Formats: sequence, structure tokens, C-alpha cells
Amino acid sequence: MKIKQISVFLENKKGRLFEALKAIAEKNINIRALSIADTSEFGILRMIVDNPEEAKNALEEAGFTTKISNVVAIGVKDKPGGLAEVLEHLFKADINVEYVYAFVEKSGEQAVVVLRTNHLDKTIDLLKVHGIKLLSWEDILAL
Amino acid sequence: MELPFWNREIERLPKKNLKNLQLERLKNTLERIYEKVPVYRKKFQELGITPSHLKSLEDIIKFPFTTKEDLFIDYPYGLLAVPLEEVVRVHTSSGTTGKPKAIFFSKKDLETSAELIARCLVMTGATKEDILQNSMTYGLFTGALVMHYGAEKVGILVIPAGPGNTERQIELMKTFGTTLLHMTPSYALYVASVILEKGLIPQKDLKLKTAYLGAEPYSEQTRRKIEEMLDIQVYNCYGLSEMNGPGVGFECPYKEGLHLWEDNFLVEIVHPETGEPVKEGEIGELVLTTLNREAMPLIRYRTRDLTRIISEPCACGRTHIRISRILGRSDDMFIVRGVNIFPQQIEEVLMGIKGVAQNYQIVLENYDEMIVKVEIDREFFDGRIERLLYLKNEITEKLRQTILVRPKVELVEPGTLPISEGKAKRVIDKRTL
Repeated sequence: MKIKQISVFLENKKGRLFEALKAIAEKNINIRALSIADTSEFGILRMIVDNPEEAKNALEEAGFTTKISNVVAIGVKDKPGGLAEVLEHLFKADINVEYVYAFVEKSGEQAVVVLRTNHLDKTIDLLKVHGIKLLSWEDILAL
Repeated sequence: MELPFWNREIERLPKKNLKNLQLERLKNTLERIYEKVPVYRKKFQELGITPSHLKSLEDIIKFPFTTKEDLFIDYPYGLLAVPLEEVVRVHTSSGTTGKPKAIFFSKKDLETSAELIARCLVMTGATKEDILQNSMTYGLFTGALVMHYGAEKVGILVIPAGPGNTERQIELMKTFGTTLLHMTPSYALYVASVILEKGLIPQKDLKLKTAYLGAEPYSEQTRRKIEEMLDIQVYNCYGLSEMNGPGVGFECPYKEGLHLWEDNFLVEIVHPETGEPVKEGEIGELVLTTLNREAMPLIRYRTRDLTRIISEPCACGRTHIRISRILGRSDDMFIVRGVNIFPQQIEEVLMGIKGVAQNYQIVLENYDEMIVKVEIDREFFDGRIERLLYLKNEITEKLRQTILVRPKVELVEPGTLPISEGKAKRVIDKRTL
């Protein structure tokens, strides 16, 4: 149930985000979800794409520093308190969330939340126990 | 383990005896140049000083420096302390001013320079059974010839290969079973990569054991890389034509600094701007006085090379002083918030931190703002921001501890800064006053 996410180190330099996105667009790679974490001088672009390996190659060819890592993606009811409920389970189990980003699915019924924690396997087990819907790679591709 | 010596007695001479020998030779040198070299006599007279003012080694600071420019006074023979007919060889070194520096050797001087090289080679375990491929430039430069005669003195078979023609270098290694190499570090790195590209297995196809690399400064990282690529020991050697050439400073098997033969050279480390001695162990400019040179003695010669003295006794048993690897040129120094900083101090700190790639750049902006741009190592990046912030703090703190100024550290993408090797510009000073 782990999903591959690609992270890209970005200097805070004009045009750098554009160049990264251009590199993967040229390979016809589609972005499913995207987030940017930034500090004053650099940022990290995180993406779920339909072909992570090819995206990594394309970005590295263009000189970018990248890393593919595992995250979990969950479907959360698109209503107030939906995400809070999930996080409460993690909090009680003493699992730290490293980062999280979310987007609303096309149908509008559920939000897709991408989650990275310090204990990914434990997180998956815990969410399953609580009946939270984990998205598979196929689910992601179908979005 | 009993380590080999070429000249055990002198190499292990007790410190006190070594100092006495230095004082005796220094007196002799000062007297000779005062008497025989008008350039020096004039310098002494300007300072109102005579050789008799030297009572102890510490008194050396009363005497004048010799700079590169001084080598061009009464050029080319003006600094000779012997009649020209006693001179048997001249070497030159590239001068930026057009004329090359000319250094003269008497028969005895050639003998001495070979003796010093012999000590160095034997110190690293070389014996007469070895085969040295000497890939420095033969000719006007000291690099190849001085090494050549020193190696022959040990009884080593010397292949006078000279530099370049990498294919032939490798052929020579294969044909003659070369065990020792003498070349520049940048060329060694290139030769090693060609050897591996050709699919040769150094342990099987070659007999290399040791490489003596010098004539340009290089980092510990580069040394290890070459050692790993060829499965050999790499020893750092330091020399300059003005002081005989190679063999002035040389590493022993402990590789913790370069031994400088104190029976032949008097070592000082001074502040590059003021010329005052630095505190023991601090970085400064290496200043050398020849103690045993006949044809062309030089006193307090400003090498422009930066290093520091390592005063702890060496485990190898040699009593001769050690200096750190050459950290760069004194001309590279800059001042931020009143503190003197050498780019090499920053480089040393950076290279000791995991997650940092090879290249860095220092940018100085108005109000004495110092920005250190550091490329991150691709392997280090794991997608987490905390890790990068931690790295940034680590770099900032370690730099502050070393240079006493808190720099602004910027992490940049690998491959975006000018490459370290060669003469890349490390410091960009944008300050306007």
C-alpha cells in the first residue's frame, strides 16, 4: 500500500521549478499530486506522478537532485474533521507526521491525503485497523 | 614495527642536538651571505644588522625576508655565494613576471638534494628493489631531476617517463612492472581513471605500490580516491624550486603531516600580511631558510604557501618538524569583520561534513556579510527538509567555531558551482567601500 513519491531539491532560483516541471512534461509524465516545502533559500518539490522512475531519470538528466521515497495515500471523507480523525489515530500511537499534503478528488466525494511518517509500516497497519481507506497504486493511476 | 630509515642518526637526532646543528649552520649561512652576496649585505645594512646579532634561533626574526621579487635583483647571478665556476646546474621555475626564477646548485647541493629525497623515499618503505616511474617534467623544472637523482641514490631503477602520453605511461607500468609513481595529483587522478576505463585490474595487471604526488595542493579526499582506485599508498610531497625542488616536506607512513628536514631548512610560519610569527599551530605562510646550501643560500624565503606546524612528536620516531598539507596560497586570504580568513580553512571544515559535495563558493557582500554556498551531495538528499536544515546548521556552527565569524550558509544544487580542481575562483568579493 506504499506509494512512490518523487522529491526534488530546488534552489530558490528563478525558473528552477519551471525547469523541473518542463523536464517531466517533455517525457509526457503526468502529475497526480504536488506540493512544495520551502525555506528561505531552497525548497523541496514533492510529486506523485504516473511514472516515478522515468520522472527521476528525466530530472537527473536535467541536472536535478532527486529521491524516490515511499508515502501512503489515503481517501478521507470530504467533510469537516475528516483528516483530523486520521491524525488523531497516529498521534495516539506516537507516530510523527513528517509532512502531509492533500487534494480533492474529481468526483468531490473524497479528499486524497498523501502522508509521510516516521513509521510507515506501523502507520499502514494502524490505518487498516481503523478502517481508513488506503489507496493503491492503481487507485492513484485511476484518479 | 621497525620502520626503515635512510639516515637513522640524523633523522632521529634529538631535538636539542638538531637545534644546535641548526644554529651552527644558520650562523654560517648568515656570515657567508653577508660576506659574499651584495644583495643580502645591503639588506642587512639597511636594517643595521650583522650576522653577529644572531645569538639563538629565535633571533632569525631580526633578519630580512627574501621574496620572489628579490630573486630578480642582480639577475640571474646576483644571489650566488660561490664563484660561478663552482655552479654545476641551474633550474628555473615559471615566473609570472616574464623572467623565470633561476636557482643554482653546486656539486654538493645536488648531492644534498638527492640525500633528502633518499630519506623521503626510504621513509615510505621504498628499497633498491623498487622501480620508479618518474612522470614529472624533465628539464628546467626541478620536479623530475631532483627526484631522479634521489631515487638512483637509493638504488631504485628509474624510468624517466616524463609527463603526458597516458597510453605510454600505462604501457611502461605494464612492461617494466613499475612499483612507484611520481606525478602531480591531478594527472594521477586522470591516469587512474584511464587505467580503470581500460578494464585493467590494478592488483592483477600492475605492480604499483606507492605514488608520490605533489607540485600542487590537493585534499585528503583526492588522496583517498586515488588510493582506492589503484589500491596503492599515496604520499604527499612538497617542494619548491627555490628550496631544491621536491623533498622539502614529505609524509611518513603515518600520513599526519609532512616532515621537513630541519638539518637543511629552518622553518617559520608568519602572518602573510604583517610578517609576524603566528602562534604555534596556527595557519600562516611558510617561510624557509636554507641551512646547508652552498651555491645559493636563501634566508627567510617567503613561499606564499599556507600551512601550520604540527608540534606533537611523530610516531615514526623522526624528530624533524611536521607541517600540515599545503592549504593554499597566502594571496587567497580575505578579511571579514576584522578576522583573517583563508578559503582553505572553510574547505577543510566543509570536507569533513557528510552531505557536502566537493564544490563551494564564498561570496562577500556589503556590511561584511559572508555567504558560503555549498553544494549538497546527491546521495545525501532523501527528500526530507529537516535533514537539509540540520546540515545547514551543522555547517554554520562548525564554520563559526573555526573562523570565528558566523557565515550565512546556502545549500545549492550539485553541479551549479565552479569545479574545485585547478584554479576555480573560490571567493567573490562584492563589497564596495
